[in-house]
Amino acid sequence: MSKRSYKFALSLLFLACMAQEPLFAARIGELTETDWKIQVIRFLSFRDPSVRYALAGSILLGISCGLLGSFIVVRKMALVGDALSHAVLPGVALGFLWNTTKDPVAIFIGATVAGLLGTTVVNLITQTTRLKEDTALGMVLAGFFSVGICLVTMIQHLPTGNKSGIDKFLFGQAAALGPNDIQLMGIVTLLAITVITLFYKEFLVSSFDSGFAHSIRIPVQLFHHLLMLLLAFAVVISLQAVGVVLVSAMLITPAAAAYLLTDRMHRMVFLASIFGLLSGVFGAFFSFLGPSLPTGPFMVLGASLVFTLCFFFAPKHGLVTRWWVKRSRSQQIQVENVLKAIYHVLEDRGFDGEGVSIRELADQRKQTLEESVRESKMLKRAEYATLLEEGNMIWLTPEGWQRAREMVRNHRLWELYLTSAAQYSADHVHDDAEKIEHILGDEVVRALEKRLDYATTDPHGKKIPSSESIQKDRMGRREKVPGYGQDI
Amino acid sequence: MVEPWSADAFQNNLWIFLMGFLVATACGLVGNYLILRRMSLIGDAISHSILPGIAIAFLVSGSRGTVPMFAGALLAGVATTVIIEVIHKKSRIKQDSAIGIAFTTLFAIGVILISLYASKIDLDQECVLYGEIGFVGLHPPVQLWGMNLGPLPVFRMAVVTVITAAAIMLFYKELLVSSFDPGLAFTLGINATVVHYCLMGWLSTVVVNAFESVGAVLVIAMLILPGAIASMLTLQLPRILMLTVVIAAMSSFFGIHLATWLNCSTAAAMVVVASGLFILAWLFSPTSGLVFKKLRHRSDSVPEFPETATDVLNPQPGK
Repeated sequence: MSKRSYKFALSLLFLACMAQEPLFAARIGELTETDWKIQVIRFLSFRDPSVRYALAGSILLGISCGLLGSFIVVRKMALVGDALSHAVLPGVALGFLWNTTKDPVAIFIGATVAGLLGTTVVNLITQTTRLKEDTALGMVLAGFFSVGICLVTMIQHLPTGNKSGIDKFLFGQAAALGPNDIQLMGIVTLLAITVITLFYKEFLVSSFDSGFAHSIRIPVQLFHHLLMLLLAFAVVISLQAVGVVLVSAMLITPAAAAYLLTDRMHRMVFLASIFGLLSGVFGAFFSFLGPSLPTGPFMVLGASLVFTLCFFFAPKHGLVTRWWVKRSRSQQIQVENVLKAIYHVLEDRGFDGEGVSIRELADQRKQTLEESVRESKMLKRAEYATLLEEGNMIWLTPEGWQRAREMVRNHRLWELYLTSAAQYSADHVHDDAEKIEHILGDEVVRALEKRLDYATTDPHGKKIPSSESIQKDRMGRREKVPGYGQDI
Repeated sequence: MVEPWSADAFQNNLWIFLMGFLVATACGLVGNYLILRRMSLIGDAISHSILPGIAIAFLVSGSRGTVPMFAGALLAGVATTVIIEVIHKKSRIKQDSAIGIAFTTLFAIGVILISLYASKIDLDQECVLYGEIGFVGLHPPVQLWGMNLGPLPVFRMAVVTVITAAAIMLFYKELLVSSFDPGLAFTLGINATVVHYCLMGWLSTVVVNAFESVGAVLVIAMLILPGAIASMLTLQLPRILMLTVVIAAMSSFFGIHLATWLNCSTAAAMVVVASGLFILAWLFSPTSGLVFKKLRHRSDSVPEFPETATDVLNPQPGK
């Protein structure tokens, strides 16, 4: 984790230095070209300093928002980010009124103070009234925001008011970023990375188990306030690029996407920062294509795209992935049940003859011929059987025969175990064994055999195929195995 | 000092007052149930995410007609609820994150649509944020049987408000039981899911009307603040609902004064007034205000110990 962070920090320093170069050129908003092909080339060539500023800004804010967002998502405080981002507006307006120019430092200070005031009021309301946290968040969000809107509209009605700057805070325009803004963003991002790296353990413990954190003398409240402070910083630097309304998305969405991909906090923090960065680049790129396209919504859309992909296709928690795993698992169970049925047919005729007909399978499984035909094809696809006589005869391959015997062994061992070790009566054990036979692993089976003294007959008087004999069959005594199919 | 009720501005401000009052009443009445169900922020989410619904309705119908707007908003509102449920139920994302993801995505789509088709969609980005209640009097009036029933938005909002009030009276029991005790609602044969989706649907309808006048963000204030203030003052739902109406009128009236005085957005000023009322209630509410709690606490902290056993056995009334 720490190595990665240092790499981060180094690249950020590089970006910050780059931003300090005194370059002067037209800003994106003032450009006249609107042909998107030319714009794409302009963007990709990085010739314009404004492109570099916009890109550097988007990257910085993506990293810092993803980093801090991870903590508020796992703390179930996701919407605190929303309230915070709205609550900073009066601070922005007051900072703007300070000298009616877009002085980043004045705005930064005003916004941070307003944001912290907002989170404090949320805390106060939930502690001193019966109102719940969601109501408190909503009230602070709306109350502060309305004060901000009052101030903004007042500024716009001022005769001397510089009207061009302030409305950029509402929806965000990365093109309006200047070198001073980038410097500020670089400092804040570095600060956030440093603080989180230094106190990673403390933040981790106090986020997941505040009781435990308290018991090992971590000042939980202090770290809560520290996180709020960093969060306020991150929100404030993101305002110009993303806008007040959508900052919370940059905090929540990349972190939530990362949450779907991993169970480890440090990986989540890292992934969330990467996702934030990618969404930042996505937003900066698309808003550059058209003359009046806002950056924030495109960034948010980029983050939502990443989230949607993770939601459906994450390796462990994705919707489609889980559906696929479930489906293949149930198919596997079906195949194994068919194998078992074929074994039973062969066993009933004393392992005389090798093939099993579709009709015999249908009788054994108590189903229609069509269903049996379909199941025989599933066996063939899994290479557990070959089909002869126009698909009417099923001949097991060595693998199929081995798997069938394993299933029967698992089933009968478990039945025997339940009757002998758990004192189940013999007529109650079948259903349970039906479920567990598919998931018993090799080690468990070996332990069961040992526990049952390598018994050879199950409670119903049927023979249990021993693991040893199954192993031997596999070792190449194919000719003497009854019932397995020959290659055509 | 400025005077919003002078003769030349009187009529316009009357309509603004009426509109603000109606918006705050309808939103506040519905919002009470959101507060009870701890769904305040779903109200916030819906108020944001009807934006793409409205934008698409504009694009499809090419007009600012009432029916397409309603349909778009209703669809968007229900879609938001469904998306939140799906994210929340089908993955390990918690509900608060799900709300945050759903509404920001939809809002972003809405803003992009508006900026892409600026010529076709008659919506200003700033209007989206804080509405244009100041121009409500300029809309063409509704004529019905030769009577002048006021500007179209006001008339529409009045209809919505009346329906809201009537629906709450009609389904008072169902809403009450399903909000407080879903288990009891189930045993009484009330389908809580149907109530939930009806509430969400109606919320979208109310919000789309309020949207035009107060914008996406301030709707949440109209939804929560009146109910929150009222619940600081009393504990009984019928009284809370009555108080909501009173608070709506007060914030609308004083909001106009504040806006005229500061020369700022009227809708935002109304919310500022409502926030101020909340702070007053928070501090000075007779039942749960901070000041009275403090006073009571102080008088409690110096308990009068009974002097003798007879004092304990025969407590004096009033002592």
